[in-house]
Amino acid sequence: MIDIGLGHYLTLGAVIFSIGVIGIFLNRKNIIVILMSIELILLAVNINLVAFSIYLGDLAGQVFTLFILTVAAAEAAIGLAIIVVYFRNSGTIRVEEIDKLKG
Amino acid sequence: MIAHAIFFYTFSIIAVVSAIMVTASKNTVHSVFFLILDFISISCLFIMIGAEFLGMIMLIVYVGAVAVLFLFVVMMLNVAQQKNQWFAGQSTSKHIPVGLIISTLIFFEIIIVIGGWKYKPEIFDINNSLANTSVSNTHSLGQILYTDYIHVFQISGMILLVAMIGAIVLTFRQRSGVKRQSYINQISRERAEGVEVLEVQSNKGVKIDD
Repeated sequence: MIDIGLGHYLTLGAVIFSIGVIGIFLNRKNIIVILMSIELILLAVNINLVAFSIYLGDLAGQVFTLFILTVAAAEAAIGLAIIVVYFRNSGTIRVEEIDKLKG
Repeated sequence: MIAHAIFFYTFSIIAVVSAIMVTASKNTVHSVFFLILDFISISCLFIMIGAEFLGMIMLIVYVGAVAVLFLFVVMMLNVAQQKNQWFAGQSTSKHIPVGLIISTLIFFEIIIVIGGWKYKPEIFDINNSLANTSVSNTHSLGQILYTDYIHVFQISGMILLVAMIGAIVLTFRQRSGVKRQSYINQISRERAEGVEVLEVQSNKGVKIDD
């Protein structure tokens, strides 16, 4: 318990990943919270990569964390732009009212 | 070592609780604030285990840019009126047990993988970008980022460019019926179309804008 190792960080990553997945499934409010859950999932992946990178002494994990950060920022910008356009067109971003594709 | 444990547990408990609050909070603005708290505590963890550059970049990129962007969109779209309608619809309640089951399954799968983890000793020989311990984290990261990973680095720059142009193209709209100043029309006016010399006869005056 006291000796913090790689397993602790991986467990923290697993917990945050699962919370993100729960957030995607349970959310009925608006679609912005789903985007935030995706950010949580990417954060959990980053925790895993950084923990492995530190404990193996290999910097490639941190480099890839940097690229995941880049892609996450781009994804947030595009996703929020799509949400803004959708809200402008249909007046709602509630998850249960977005049914134009009849899915 | 005990200080390491204390800091790890403090930051990770804050991170997990705020991650739960991101999904469970009724108000979307509160969700964004808990997301910011989550990012800050995770970046403290990164700084603590020795990835200082990534911790600082997390603070700048996530807290400074992404979370503020979320907050901006939440306030712009006026979703505060929906804040008391968590799990409102009757038809949605059937998703909740399925979601819980799937998330718990994913969690236990990851935990099983972590629990059975053993390193092969060869793994310490095959990696090619070993951390140089004599220089700082930022220095060694820059040494391999601009040499071994230069193409990936430039491709990530292209991704950011595409995202920027895409966001602008998506949200840009041209309104009709709005009077705008047009510099090119103002500059390229000639004397002939602006001024007209009239012969004014006495007791008749001039008719304007007929």
